[in-house]
Amino acid sequence: MSTISFDIIDHLADIQPGSHLDELRSQRPQARENAQKSYSALFDPDDAGNVSALERYAVATFVTGLHRQSVAADFYAAALQKLDRPDIADIVDAEITRGLAKGPYGRYPEGPLSTEDEEGPDYRVFPGHEEILGARLAAALQHAHLLVFHPRDANPEALQKLLGAGWSTTDIVTLSQLVAFLSFQIRVVAGLRALAATSNHTSASSGEAPVFTALLASGAL
Amino acid sequence: MTETTLTYPDNREPSAFTQAELGWLPWLEPFPSDQLTERHWAGLVDPSRARSPYFLLLARDPDVLQARTKADKDIFYNTSNGLPRAERELAATAASRSNGCIYCASVHSRFATQYSKRGNDIQRLLDEGVDARVDPRWDAIVDASVALTATPLDFGDAQIEDLRKNGLGDLEIVDVINGAAFFNWANRLMLSLGEAAPSGKTSS
Repeated sequence: MSTISFDIIDHLADIQPGSHLDELRSQRPQARENAQKSYSALFDPDDAGNVSALERYAVATFVTGLHRQSVAADFYAAALQKLDRPDIADIVDAEITRGLAKGPYGRYPEGPLSTEDEEGPDYRVFPGHEEILGARLAAALQHAHLLVFHPRDANPEALQKLLGAGWSTTDIVTLSQLVAFLSFQIRVVAGLRALAATSNHTSASSGEAPVFTALLASGAL
Repeated sequence: MTETTLTYPDNREPSAFTQAELGWLPWLEPFPSDQLTERHWAGLVDPSRARSPYFLLLARDPDVLQARTKADKDIFYNTSNGLPRAERELAATAASRSNGCIYCASVHSRFATQYSKRGNDIQRLLDEGVDARVDPRWDAIVDASVALTATPLDFGDAQIEDLRKNGLGDLEIVDVINGAAFFNWANRLMLSLGEAAPSGKTSS
């Protein structure tokens, strides 16, 4: 059974109803439904608490941009644009370029794994940008960069910086979930896109011509 | 109300990957267990999770926790078809080893061993890292999970072809993708909201 209502992963991975990938996803219905509910709870929450839509979409644009996943990045950037803060959208865009790196890097607790420690950038928002972003959003971007590229460097001081910038304990849980969830969503989308692309190579000879045609028609390839 | 982080100067944080049971200490105050509302209980899904400081901390945003927990269960426990549980746990272990989450790797390497009965192979993955070579099928699952864990992602045709060559069908490949992707969610929470501790040491 395929879903009729909007599904963000299907949208970002270009999965059409009735396609081979749609059928595969339908075999993990709870995973599919709850990946969608996670997205809704983070981007259209019943109770937003103190974390504004602007903060949620600015961080999401930053995280997807740092992953260099253009479909997801464009989606969240477009949502950010609609919030009528072009100054913030421009700065987030510039900060993505400043923040690009390769992960996962970071240090382990001192011991046998120290030989695997990998150095990487300790990203800070450009000081001139912090004024426009505000202390709260600037701290959130810095924390998001830590979680995206080098989560094993995390420590209580990183959380203390968020508290100091006005994030409550509950706000920090929401922010952490948002960055961590997007790290999941981006990977599912990229994985399913890669699978759809290679399924095409094999399906023409395995009696799945209708799927092949549907994918072609959808522009998914 | 003044909010602050929690620190554990006396904790001897584990410094190697292990299949032994570890504890986990939160850096932020979990939601008070005597103040849980119906919405929090729904978020926890299993009442037993109210004893875990990790889940009580995440219960501060209960709707996200509920959806996350239900997705987790389907990705790992729905084994009526698709990839065997052991190999889903292998994907989780590989992602955790790559990101460096000693706590997550301990839990899921233990499950991988329990379901595969191949504790020595799992231990090599922990000791030698994700480049350890075990057998072609497990290597393909580990390599795909690690490629998907890299930022930016390193996952594409090569990993899918390797999985196919080693006997995985499309649904099984979806299970690898979901399992590794989910641990990119879980690792980031466990690593950034608290620290691992020797067995049995959890906060009250």
